[in-house]
Amino acid sequence: MFNTYRRGLFITAFLAAPVTLYLVYVISPYIQAFYIAMTDWRGVSATPNFVGLDNFVRLFADGVFWKAVTHNAALLVLLPLITIVIALFFAFLLNVGSGGRGVGGVPGSKFYRVVFFFPQVLAVTVVAVLFQQVFRPDDSGMLNAPLMALGLGPVSFLSDPGIAFWSVLGVMVWQAVGFYVVLFSAGLASIPRDMFEAASIDGAGRVSLFFRITLPLLWDTVQVAWVYLGILALDVFAIVWVMTDQQGGPDYSTTVMATEIYRNAFEYFRFGYASALGVVMFFFTIGFAILSLRLSRRERIEY
Amino acid sequence: MTTMTSWTVANSRKAARQERRRRLGPLATLTHLALLLWTVLTVVPILWTFLASVKSEDEIFGDAWSLPATPRWDNFARAWDQVNIGQYFVNSVIVVAFSVAGTMLLGAMAAYVLARYPFRGNRAVYLLFVSGLAFPVYLALTPLFFVVQNMGSVPLIGPFIGLNTHAGLVLVYIAYSMPFTVFFLAAFFRTLPTAVGEAAMVDGASHTRVFFQIMLPMARPGLISITIFNVLGQWNQYQLPLVLLQERDKWVLTQGIADISTAAGYDADWAALFAALTLAILPMLIVYTVFQRQIQSGLTMGALK
Repeated sequence: MFNTYRRGLFITAFLAAPVTLYLVYVISPYIQAFYIAMTDWRGVSATPNFVGLDNFVRLFADGVFWKAVTHNAALLVLLPLITIVIALFFAFLLNVGSGGRGVGGVPGSKFYRVVFFFPQVLAVTVVAVLFQQVFRPDDSGMLNAPLMALGLGPVSFLSDPGIAFWSVLGVMVWQAVGFYVVLFSAGLASIPRDMFEAASIDGAGRVSLFFRITLPLLWDTVQVAWVYLGILALDVFAIVWVMTDQQGGPDYSTTVMATEIYRNAFEYFRFGYASALGVVMFFFTIGFAILSLRLSRRERIEY
Repeated sequence: MTTMTSWTVANSRKAARQERRRRLGPLATLTHLALLLWTVLTVVPILWTFLASVKSEDEIFGDAWSLPATPRWDNFARAWDQVNIGQYFVNSVIVVAFSVAGTMLLGAMAAYVLARYPFRGNRAVYLLFVSGLAFPVYLALTPLFFVVQNMGSVPLIGPFIGLNTHAGLVLVYIAYSMPFTVFFLAAFFRTLPTAVGEAAMVDGASHTRVFFQIMLPMARPGLISITIFNVLGQWNQYQLPLVLLQERDKWVLTQGIADISTAAGYDADWAALFAALTLAILPMLIVYTVFQRQIQSGLTMGALK
């Protein structure tokens, strides 16, 4: 009897603080957000009125919102695709691509793995400011100086609405690749080496070694990478907010859902509208999560 | 075991290298070219920033690839004092130190109880934590701002945990780090053997004592990797402080750095700004290079769970 009491006391004592913090700072704001999304709350002192789904109706008629959604959708497709292709290529080269029997990485693979990971440990804001300087539109910019010397520039990486989005995508890929090289390398290391040896003894070249052995055995890890990069693409904020002209510009050509939520809430003080945007973003994220769980049900290869 | 494998790997690498030289000369060169290209792409922007941090204002606005006539180390002194990077840096260190410590303590406590003590509602509490993984933080931003503002009017402790306080930010960081920490550590605690703890209980140790003296030490590898994950995540956090810390002297490093680009006009001290950027990058790269093995395995272990 006393033991059951002590056990209950222990459970309560250990869960009290984490659960309370979590309810106050995480769960309660999320629940409130769904209500605020149905009000016309504007400004810190104003009183909110219930307006039903008005915010959502306005949202779907808002061109900027659709631009933001389009950019998130484009990132959702392109960021995982490009990052995974590049990372797989390098992970393969570093671990099995040394030719010969097809086993073992190239010399210096440890060095490359350390260096490729550098961008990952830098804060996104630091990367954003750094590339703002790299992308400068005249010959004081790191990229434009050589381009202009070759007679190709200057390229308006951030001020041309047709180019700015690709600059954002480029920086995101630049930062992400290293992590996935390491992730895929870890996956490759767990594949028994005799697989590669057997295949290359049977005469498999590098290309078929990659598509017939590496990719199928790494498929689980690739799926994890896909989900992570997809969430990164849906959640992108700091790169756009800090690096681009007019925080999502020029002319909203780089804006994403997160920047529009922040802009509406903390610059225009349209709390209701911003929350409605947040609710839409929530459903996109959940939708993506469910979709990727569904698609990832594929037979596992046991080894 | 590890030395065995690394020895074999080293040997097979050596063999492979000789084999490669013999048969695949040109292809191997291409491989190296591809790897070197990405190395250059990674390193050059960073090195270019370091170089610009010792240039004068005129040199920064001149040709991007010119070397400074004389290195201007005083840029760093101005970055530290006038751009306030020193202050932001200290703020970041304080916030992350307390919030990671809090995250690990509370996260481990919750994860342990949820992983090891079946009780009614266990599953529900666990799912409540884990569901947080699927919510975009942007949905919560507006209400969170008002939650923290209201915290400021709680009697006694209010002034310490309201808006523009570091303790307030620490509590928010802890709460938002819970989903992944609990998810990861609960999975980890489930894999640990139960026998040691049970033996200690028979000998009269309390639940609390078993947790702190037996289970935590056993969970060390998991704790280390999730600590690294949280340190990096919270150090690099920008969105939450942007909303919750609006007074300049409270800012964390990411806010200070981001401000370089948004607030800097033509009269800004660009040389000091590059120095500030360097000061934000360099410590991270040094710490990473020293602990790269742990950091890489910590982060990938977290991702693959």
